[in-house]
Amino acid sequence: MFNLFLLQLLNGAQFGILLFLVAAGLTLVFGIMDFINLAHGVLYMVGGYVMAMMMGTTGNFWLSLTLVLPVMLVLGLALEVLVFRRLYDRSHLDQVLATFGLILVLSELVKILWGSAPLSVPMPEALSGSIALAGPMRYPVYRIAVIGVGLAVALALWFVIARTRVGMLLRAGAANRAMVSALGTDINRLFMLVFAAGAMLAGFAGAIVSPILSVDPGMGDSILILTFVVIVIGGVGSVKGAFFAALLVGIVDTLGRMFGPILLKALMDPAAAAQAGRTIAPMLVYILMAAVLFWRPTGLFGRSVAR
Amino acid sequence: MTYMTQTLTEPRAGLAARLKLALAIFALLAVVPPLAHAMGEPFMIIIATRMMVFAIAALSLDLILGHGAMVSFGHAAYLGFGSYAVAILSRAGISDLVLQMVAAVLASALFALVTGAISLRTRGVYFIMITLAFGQMAYFFFVSFSALGGDDGVALAARSTVLGLPLLQGETGLFYVTLGLLIAAFAGLYLLTRSRFGRVLTGTRESALRMQAIGFRPLPYQLTAYVISAAICGVAGVLLANQAVYVSPAYMSWHRSGEMIVMLVLGGVGSLTGAMTGALVTVALEEGLARFSEHWRLGFGLILVLVALLSPGGLSGLLRKFNLLRDDK
Repeated sequence: MFNLFLLQLLNGAQFGILLFLVAAGLTLVFGIMDFINLAHGVLYMVGGYVMAMMMGTTGNFWLSLTLVLPVMLVLGLALEVLVFRRLYDRSHLDQVLATFGLILVLSELVKILWGSAPLSVPMPEALSGSIALAGPMRYPVYRIAVIGVGLAVALALWFVIARTRVGMLLRAGAANRAMVSALGTDINRLFMLVFAAGAMLAGFAGAIVSPILSVDPGMGDSILILTFVVIVIGGVGSVKGAFFAALLVGIVDTLGRMFGPILLKALMDPAAAAQAGRTIAPMLVYILMAAVLFWRPTGLFGRSVAR
Repeated sequence: MTYMTQTLTEPRAGLAARLKLALAIFALLAVVPPLAHAMGEPFMIIIATRMMVFAIAALSLDLILGHGAMVSFGHAAYLGFGSYAVAILSRAGISDLVLQMVAAVLASALFALVTGAISLRTRGVYFIMITLAFGQMAYFFFVSFSALGGDDGVALAARSTVLGLPLLQGETGLFYVTLGLLIAAFAGLYLLTRSRFGRVLTGTRESALRMQAIGFRPLPYQLTAYVISAAICGVAGVLLANQAVYVSPAYMSWHRSGEMIVMLVLGGVGSLTGAMTGALVTVALEEGLARFSEHWRLGFGLILVLVALLSPGGLSGLLRKFNLLRDDK
């Protein structure tokens, strides 16, 4: 039982790390630019497809992964210049309209280019094994590598945000955009940078997850909503909040699906417990989010001042 | 603080023009069935019914989103409650439309009362996200409800009866019942938004602080509007289930909620005629493009992006630009 728990905890952490990579860019877009971007999940999906395509042409995992980054960066810049830049001053509703449209456009383009059947990406050989974990249990190296890479990215982001000049401007921008602009910083260039970096991180997450999950046109949708949950629990605009909330959501979701039915079995008869477990498990993270917002209406790490 | 940057005040002349437009739309819709039969294309009636069902849903959303600045991203949940009310009751042997509507209204209103009271503690982006969360909860509840088909949904044995009469069995009967309810919803919401209640709601949208200063507590007004809106959307759900003779959790996915916001923004937020037109145009566009190509979403998405970029205020904004809706400004 303990081994199972440990295993699921690691799975949860790995899922959480993935959520963090997608959420990090989006929380800054939300927080600093006050921009509702529904199309962020699609960037994650496009990252997966670019990875699958690169693997198909080069056959080399590491080369493909390296190539995904500039491709996503360029895509992010292009989207920013063509669409997002024109919507910063507009209402949230116009932003919803435009980014909902972008979801449709990008998902359909992906279907036209690669078809709607799921694609799979082979795992690199160096990481395809598994290591011993507490007794007879083994854990795949690749998943551990994902956790490691995610933690490294989180550390790098923390360094950039807490210790560099750009990071200082980002924090100032999240607190008061107009003031930063008035003090002589080109806030639009900062936005462009944040958006492109966010697109790159989301695409990177889609790329590294492709050997574990298959790449399909719906993968962006499912992660987008969970990313929103992460951002709102963590507090809009807070990368630190996104990190802790992502781990929390990843672990609660994974453990809930596994242990919810087991715990319920102790309370009611097995058939009812199985049904109730299936019903409650996917709702768990949303209940968590509603509870957090009930007690802290601006999230765990959000500023308590209402916008 | 104000949520919508575009101005939403409706000058008198624009208002009269909009009301005339709405009446013209109703008149046009009323002649669809005979026209479709005359042209030998009865499927037009089915499409027009779907358009009107979503028009009712869009009207309900406009009450809270347009007039109350509460951007609900979980409104499709109420479409789901309405349609599952039909599925559950008809399975229990109650096939009367009126009883099903009462059940749908009660279920939707109750869910809205509880979730609305929690959601209204938050503002702005957080409100959007918490309504999304509640919508997802409802969605996953029905996805895992295996007795009612779960993810696959469930086909209905037959359409509902009206006071024992098989009024809805034909497409034309369902069409006119839907049209009647659309007109009723429009008229009811038109009067409501122009009543004292509606004025307070609109005032809260413009500035909650000022409304408090002159002695109104916004919360009861906002919550009441939230519950009314949910109840009307529940009725739309009952009609949707009857139209498709099939019920599935897909009705309440976040995509559907997003689409409902899209309808409003496309038509012009804060105007009932705009909301209705937006829904009619959206469904017509989807159905039309889908007949044209299987990759219709590409074209539809591009249209949405272009409208957002080029025409703030949606179709109403576009009409205003060409002076078709005269503003006395």
